[in-house]
Amino acid sequence: MKSKYLTGCGTWVVNRFPLTKLWNEHMAQYYAPKNFNFWYFFGSLALLVLVNQFITGILLTMNYKPDAGLAFDSVEYIMREVPWGWLVRYMHSTGASAFFIVIYLHMFRGLIYGSYKQPRELVWIFGMLLFVALMAEAFMGYLLPWGQMSYWGAQVIISLFSAIPIIGDDLSLWVRGDYVISDATLNRFFAFHVIAIPLILIMLVFLHIVALHEVGSNNPDGIDIKDSKDPWGHPIDGIPFHPYYTVKDIVGVAVFLFFFATVIFYMPEMGGYFLEDANFIPADPLATPEHISPVWYFTPFYAILRAIPDKFAGVIAMGGAIFVLFLLPWLDRSPVKSIRYRGGIYKKAILMFVISFVGLGYLGMQAPTANATIMARVFTAMYFGFFLLMPIYTRWEKTKPVPKRLTEQPSIEDRIPGWKDTANAMIKEVPVEKEGKTVLQKRPDPAGIAKVLTRTAKNIKASLD
Amino acid sequence: MKKLLQICLLLLPLSSFASAGISLESADADLSDSKSLSNGAKLYVEYCLGCHSVKYIRYLNIADDFDIKQNTVLRDIAPEGAGIYDKMLTAMNARDAKRWFGTTPPDLSLIARSRGADWLYTYLKSFYVDSSKPLGVNNAVFPDVGMPNPLWQLQGEQVAVFKKEHGQEVISKLVIQEKGTMSPDQFDEAINNLVNFLVYAGEPSQLERRSMGKYVLLFILLFGIIAYLLKKEYWKDVH
Repeated sequence: MKSKYLTGCGTWVVNRFPLTKLWNEHMAQYYAPKNFNFWYFFGSLALLVLVNQFITGILLTMNYKPDAGLAFDSVEYIMREVPWGWLVRYMHSTGASAFFIVIYLHMFRGLIYGSYKQPRELVWIFGMLLFVALMAEAFMGYLLPWGQMSYWGAQVIISLFSAIPIIGDDLSLWVRGDYVISDATLNRFFAFHVIAIPLILIMLVFLHIVALHEVGSNNPDGIDIKDSKDPWGHPIDGIPFHPYYTVKDIVGVAVFLFFFATVIFYMPEMGGYFLEDANFIPADPLATPEHISPVWYFTPFYAILRAIPDKFAGVIAMGGAIFVLFLLPWLDRSPVKSIRYRGGIYKKAILMFVISFVGLGYLGMQAPTANATIMARVFTAMYFGFFLLMPIYTRWEKTKPVPKRLTEQPSIEDRIPGWKDTANAMIKEVPVEKEGKTVLQKRPDPAGIAKVLTRTAKNIKASLD
Repeated sequence: MKKLLQICLLLLPLSSFASAGISLESADADLSDSKSLSNGAKLYVEYCLGCHSVKYIRYLNIADDFDIKQNTVLRDIAPEGAGIYDKMLTAMNARDAKRWFGTTPPDLSLIARSRGADWLYTYLKSFYVDSSKPLGVNNAVFPDVGMPNPLWQLQGEQVAVFKKEHGQEVISKLVIQEKGTMSPDQFDEAINNLVNFLVYAGEPSQLERRSMGKYVLLFILLFGIIAYLLKKEYWKDVH
């Protein structure tokens, strides 16, 4: 009787709303390549972190006060007096850093498997817009705790607008709503952080997914699974997203949550990287901190800004470092998508890019000494070189033959015996005198370790060809 | 490949940084030691609260979190006349403070989070006599600090021994010139208790956070194992 009633309700909805159609198109009959690897977890994880930021963010606004006189105290009130407030706040602050970790890995996946290439240019463009919106969201959110680093970080970044000729000063005044960062700035940043940009983020996520599901997902082999179909018109190498990838992504979620919870419960400041030490001092417009540095996820771009001697040129370079990513689909002239079948030159270029990005990230946190500035310039040149020389070196590269169907790679379970052998090769059993008896004991074997190291080095070198 | 190595070599000198002044000693903050915490709170009220508030802590928090009776807190720790719901505020007003010290003594609720326990521990032990300063003392960790040494009676008077390094006079060590009421070991312990209290004041929820963490991680681990088995079951037919 009851189930009949429920079915009736279900039919009533389905007759009026394309629920079944939506579910099938995007989940149960959305065919995804069956060879997704480690790198393919980060899309769904980004969605998870987004939801986490929304829920914890809404809870935080219930006790946060966007007022220069009350903001800092209200955050401490949340940390101390509000039941579970500390947990919600740490979930939000750790979530911000986790978002960037996940997004950087998600973007890197696109880079190595050519996911931005034809026909997925729009997916990439929407994704890049999401990245820019996320940076704005994080930047404005960082002002809200109203600590010293919130205040002076915002001061430094907004003063960059004043480097623009003619309109610069008026523009930065307009953005701040005051001559310095003040209550007016805090209020408008709050409005952007909790309403305007989250709305943009949701819209862009929608567009990103719709565009992706129109053309279908790329895969580590970079070939189109729709090229080989079974008699019913389904891709042979495709599997329905639900249930296969929903259950697989849940495993990814568990692994992610393990690390996420470890940070929240045991190291919420993450050694000053997620919550900076100076941000535990209330904002003081009269006392500039000795060393102002943005949070870690902005430091690569901040280092590029500082590397350029002229302020305005620096601002252009920093903007250009993000803008050039938008052009990626058209800079890459290689006929092959996946790094597996691309030439050695592209692999080396990506390696250089990663080194420059990480290097810039590190330098952006350090004080700008003469040596550091030189290094930052070298890395900036490498960063831009990777993108701007791409039309040339991708045309030269000798690509490898691309398979018609997806290839099978050994899974983690298959690799474990190999790892065991490697570990054993580095250990030898030595007879040791113990309580009068000779026993065999395991000791590290220098010769074995050297052998493993040379083999690893050779493998790495071979993987770059 | 060669280029890569060169870059790595260039980076090396950046990562090793020179330490300035004397190196920090490590504090042993233990938030499960409620005796040390209440001892630290008592020291704080006696020697620090005259100038520095801890405005986010109420005496009630001390009673609850250190497992002490409210009456005991009021009798042994809180200043005369304070109520159990009172915040740990200082009696000194900001205008006088500015006139006397040139700056308003900061609230110390979050000092352990912005400076770190080791810094505080070393700082409090590093005052030395310096007649060139208006207050007659200086600090080896925080040069030219505008704060007198409130603990000098306990520690005694220290003087600095200088050495030449790269043509500059730097402090090599601090020596006690005139004995205080506490032995060096007793003083170290007292300072450690005080720092312990400030570490607590910086984040009272940290005890709860750490003790809860293991259960959360255990739950996620079990959830992960079940999720993994579920995935394996579903993926059996994918070839």
